Amino acid sequence: MTPKRQKRLYIILAIVFGTALAVGLTMYALNQNINLFYSASQIAKGEAPTDARMRVGGMVVEGSLKRSSNSLRVSFDLTDYENTVKVVFTGILPDLFREGQGIIAQGKMDAQGVFQADEVLAKHDENYMPPEISETMKAKKEAAQ
Amino acid sequence: MIPELGEFALILALSFSFILAVIPLYGAATLNTLWMDYAKPLAKAQFTFLLISFICLGYAFASDDFSVQYVANHSNSQLPIQFKLSAIWGGHEGSQLLWAFILSGWTLAVSLFSRGLPLDMLARVLGVMGIIATGFISFLLWTSSPFLRYLPRFPADGADLNPLLQDFGLIVHPPMLYMGYVGFSVAFSFAIAALLSGRLDAAWARWSRPWTNVAWAFLGAGITLGSWWAYYELGWGGWWFWDPVENASLMPWLVGTALLHSLAVTEKRGVFKSWTLLLAIFAFSLSLLGTFLVRSGVLTSVHAFASDPERGFFILVLLLLTIGGSLTLYAFKAPNVKSESSFGWLSREMLLLVNNVFLVVMAITVLLGTLYPLLIDALGAGKISVGPPYFNALFVPIMSLLALSMGISGAARWRQTSMSGLKKQLLIPAIISLVVGSIFPFIYGDGFNFRVFLGITISTWVIATTLKEFKDKFRNATSMTAKLSQLTPSYYGMMLAHMGVAVVAIGITLVSVYSEERDMRMAPGDKIELADYQFEFQGAKKVTGENFTADEGTIVVTLEGEPVVTLYPQKRHYTVKRSMMTEASIDAGLFRDLYLAMGEPLGDGGAWAIRVHYKPYVRWLWLGGLLMALGGLLTVFDKRYRSKSLTEVAHA
Repeated sequence: MTPKRQKRLYIILAIVFGTALAVGLTMYALNQNINLFYSASQIAKGEAPTDARMRVGGMVVEGSLKRSSNSLRVSFDLTDYENTVKVVFTGILPDLFREGQGIIAQGKMDAQGVFQADEVLAKHDENYMPPEISETMKAKKEAAQ
Repeated sequence: MIPELGEFALILALSFSFILAVIPLYGAATLNTLWMDYAKPLAKAQFTFLLISFICLGYAFASDDFSVQYVANHSNSQLPIQFKLSAIWGGHEGSQLLWAFILSGWTLAVSLFSRGLPLDMLARVLGVMGIIATGFISFLLWTSSPFLRYLPRFPADGADLNPLLQDFGLIVHPPMLYMGYVGFSVAFSFAIAALLSGRLDAAWARWSRPWTNVAWAFLGAGITLGSWWAYYELGWGGWWFWDPVENASLMPWLVGTALLHSLAVTEKRGVFKSWTLLLAIFAFSLSLLGTFLVRSGVLTSVHAFASDPERGFFILVLLLLTIGGSLTLYAFKAPNVKSESSFGWLSREMLLLVNNVFLVVMAITVLLGTLYPLLIDALGAGKISVGPPYFNALFVPIMSLLALSMGISGAARWRQTSMSGLKKQLLIPAIISLVVGSIFPFIYGDGFNFRVFLGITISTWVIATTLKEFKDKFRNATSMTAKLSQLTPSYYGMMLAHMGVAVVAIGITLVSVYSEERDMRMAPGDKIELADYQFEFQGAKKVTGENFTADEGTIVVTLEGEPVVTLYPQKRHYTVKRSMMTEASIDAGLFRDLYLAMGEPLGDGGAWAIRVHYKPYVRWLWLGGLLMALGGLLTVFDKRYRSKSLTEVAHA
């Protein structure tokens, strides 16, 4: 092997090794940090894991919003028009949070079947419905027919 | 009448860009000077008609012409005039017109500031830009014309601009960002022109460099402004969200950073040519991908305007044509590219290559995190989202390694450098940065913190190595002032930009670790303490603005009994859109920000949910970003670019 070829071999080996390492780390980080999306019905059926971060989407049930009188704790129900799940959140709700509107909550299920949210996302558009929700709801409608 | 004029001007601009895409390129291929000469006037004509079109849309906004759909959907007669005008790019159609307009502006600039460029090169560069313009103006005309009318019956008043956009940020952020995005089309066109002509020498890199640096500077400034805007406008004090659209702007910036360093090596040493070409292609492709991601609505994001699959499809086709076409050309032509010199294992070339790889790996990581949800969805494997922890987990180590090798490459020499020489150069900066990094968390915070240690160490490392290199320039200088004026603007630009990197790193580290935040229920008279500051809520009252009503809280801030500032955060209700918006009130400072936002009213006693933030060193983030951008701009004033072009004129 000529010295030039040897040099090239080292470069290629370094690139292959580096890429493998980078891809490996990336995949690991991805798997640790992806948030799966569940609907209220999937949770009711017990498909959602407990103790894993995930997202729940749905419409906020009218009249279900309850505030604690001495802290920022709120609770409300999320529905996909079939099942509902109770969500608890402590903090300031986004500007566009309203009853009857589609929102996404991020957090974990607790042992009592209540969703402990650490983040609530609402969209800056009155008629917005998260695509995930509109799709599950479309699927529901088709299944019902 | 005026909107029709705008549409008509747009059609004419398309005609000119189509001719620009055909005639000069054909002339360059057949060595027909007359045809190549058409490039300059065509670039001017294209710019003129896009300017007319742009002014027409501006006029429609200023004169409240609600028969134009785009105006009716994004403006209102009550809107202040500066927002009426910036509403031009407040929605999809207008922002695409801005895109095309800026592209024609860059094209014009290339045709004006290209005295040193050989005619065939200029014809090719402008021709390639004409191709891009043809694609984009067609996109505008066929899928998203801003001049469509509501006829015969149009609304009496407009639907108003999204309240979040009614801000100074809208006036400056999108134009800056687009200047950067679109500016990479110049680097891209130079790369394609070089591939077409087969002339890939140092001269090509020298022509392309100032354009790339300017585009990069604008993109950096645009991203910085966007981060600052999001911080004060979204009402919860975040400055970076790893939102798909932010990622879309960060990716071309990262690749652009790699590109401008690689171009420097290509110009100085005549190596890395094919790598530089590839980076130029990717920087612009990522800009296009960003446009696709934002416009198609495939990703949910705060930036996604009304989305339309047809538009997404059109941009996707443009994207595939650009990437596919340019990579095919690259595959055929790049093997002919020869390096003009060699370099050793331990040399500045090698270290810059390593930096390049880090930057590209970072861009790929961001790309992967952004596209992964799409991929999983397309495979039918469920709906997921990738959260900030993923990006942070990869960003921090990669950027730390980058900063480390940044310091080393500054000390290394071209061609070949010795290990012992490097050690001698870097020992003192290394010791200084380790000491500062270890002591800092004890002095500023209350104990050792690894993240602070890491962040401060690498920032000090970058500053110390940059200063050391600067100092070494004076080793053999007889006069200080003579040497200072001898150093080139591009050297000062580099210093400034590298200092900017350190400033950003300090900002990110300290604001991430030492921020304090409380969400509190506060009744009038309630007090809370945060980071030694006392905040007293004195109640809220109703106020009225030009096009909104608001609840305005009054919060008195004191530090150890001394009054600091009184802040007035607002909860606004925009009457036309009927939407709520949080207007944070911020006491800004170089070393800390106090950030107050109102949540919602709680109960009858006048109590409100109040968000209180203490953000140390948050300004450093944007300050550093601006330093980098300034550094990029400064390099353009290098005499090298002017004098060389003049001598070449003399030769020709």
